[in-house]
Amino acid sequence: MKSGSKLEKVLTAGKFAITAELGPPQNANPEAIKKKAQHCLGVAEAVNITDNQTAIVRMSSIAAAAIAVSCGLEPVAQMVCRDRNRIAMQSDLLGAAALGIKNILCLSGDHQSFGNHPEAKNVYCLDSMQLISMVKQMRDEKTFISGDPIKEYEPKFFIGAVANPFADPFEFRVVRLAKKIQAGADFIQTQCIFDLDKFEKWMELVVKEGLHKKVYIMAGITPIRSSRALKYMKTEVAGMSIPDELIERMDAAEDPKEEGVNIACEMIERIKKIEGVSGLHLMPIGWESITPVILERTGLLPRPEVD
Amino acid sequence: MIVADRKPLQEILEYIKDYKKIMLMGCGGCVTVCFSGGAKAVELLASQIKMARKEQGNDIEIIECTPTRQCEYEFLEELKKDVESVEAVLSIACGVGVQAMAVHFPEMHTVPGLNTKFMGYPVEHALWEEKCAGCGDCVLEWTGGLCPISRCAKKLLNGPCGGSADGVCEVNKDNECVWQLIYDRLKKLGKLENLNQVRKPKDWRTSTNAGQRRIKFEEAML
Ligand code: SF4
Ligand code: SF4
Repeated sequence: MKSGSKLEKVLTAGKFAITAELGPPQNANPEAIKKKAQHCLGVAEAVNITDNQTAIVRMSSIAAAAIAVSCGLEPVAQMVCRDRNRIAMQSDLLGAAALGIKNILCLSGDHQSFGNHPEAKNVYCLDSMQLISMVKQMRDEKTFISGDPIKEYEPKFFIGAVANPFADPFEFRVVRLAKKIQAGADFIQTQCIFDLDKFEKWMELVVKEGLHKKVYIMAGITPIRSSRALKYMKTEVAGMSIPDELIERMDAAEDPKEEGVNIACEMIERIKKIEGVSGLHLMPIGWESITPVILERTGLLPRPEVD
Repeated sequence: MIVADRKPLQEILEYIKDYKKIMLMGCGGCVTVCFSGGAKAVELLASQIKMARKEQGNDIEIIECTPTRQCEYEFLEELKKDVESVEAVLSIACGVGVQAMAVHFPEMHTVPGLNTKFMGYPVEHALWEEKCAGCGDCVLEWTGGLCPISRCAKKLLNGPCGGSADGVCEVNKDNECVWQLIYDRLKKLGKLENLNQVRKPKDWRTSTNAGQRRIKFEEAML
């Protein structure tokens, strides 16, 4: 075991794994985390705690992850390259491990111009690829990125990264995944999938390269409540692929919420059959209560036991 | 070349509000090429300032000049007499020129009339784009001659990020995603394998991290 996290155990046991997502509050209230954590207990192996997502200031992902640990929930603490240099990142990684956090997700991070502090200076001392290899180096070589040794108690993380099969250039997206594996990623969560055909095409290439044997791929799913949300993502979020049929189907629905759940469930059934997919990453933006409903309907509850 | 842009007139007027006689000094180098600080820009700005001050009933006298390069002491030395006859110098050279001026004439109040923006070149008539951030350790050899440090909003060495779509950068829709361009160019050159290895973290010591950087050209030392 690399980290001994529950997520690692479920994935290495060859079981279909589930992760969910929890956004920390824009204040210092620990109860907000505890309340949201209740929705996730028993539903997912681990829960991503976002790191100032969309560049909006929120409670630190590591602090929020530590609160999640205290609630009995296993966090995947996200770490972005936007706000910290390699000194601060390594320091936070030591702190995260000391607080009982076992999974880390490495991302470059949304640019500050999207958030509520567009005047901020960004850092990007490392990029996400280099962050992954730093976390691996600390774990496997027991050294800091400078080469200095870590004397015992090295931070042992199960290392996650993201992949967006829908961004350009499409042909390069598989090479980029291979690079993340080369850097040290143990598991991958994808951008939320709406264009299943394109995702299947990407997975075919991934399988052809044998990459699914080197990393656990978790397919990103975002249940939607309205066609408006879809249209917004289609026009406003770069690197998203949203088929028009999906928008038409949501437009025509009498009960859009119910239709959104139907769509998510259909997609999950199709994804379960795709070779090389090891699990799901559920990101119901502001609709956390729907996660157990969807998992129940797709036969993914109760979650498997691992020791 | 260095590309700079005029500061708003109001800001400039505020800088020189206490003076009755100034020198307006342009530069015959880069800022002449990008229209912001050459002899013509000097003439135009001088007349704008005079007009504004006339309206306030507070006339100002302006000596106009445009040395070959404001960033070299020998060109500044030639202007010594005129400089010493004014109360302040308004410089519309880049920030380098302003500093050369300020250091060479330590008694003189020198203020900037431009905002120095970047190193770049005109991609079409009257449109300049940034192309180099002077990082001190150039990577253009393996990127197909395109700079990810100055042109990628996240300075990625292992791009493109997940927001690259239709060739456009997610951060600024006016910009092409430089990583898409790098990919296309390396493909054309038959060198896509340049992107197969994870590129190591950049050593930022060569960049602007430790204050002013220096270069000594030993062979030219007297
Ligand atoms: S890599 Fe560095 S030196 Fe080379 S063009 Fe880019 S910023 Fe300039
Ligand atoms: S879209 Fe391209 S240029 Fe813009 S931040 Fe991402 S990789 Fe860099």
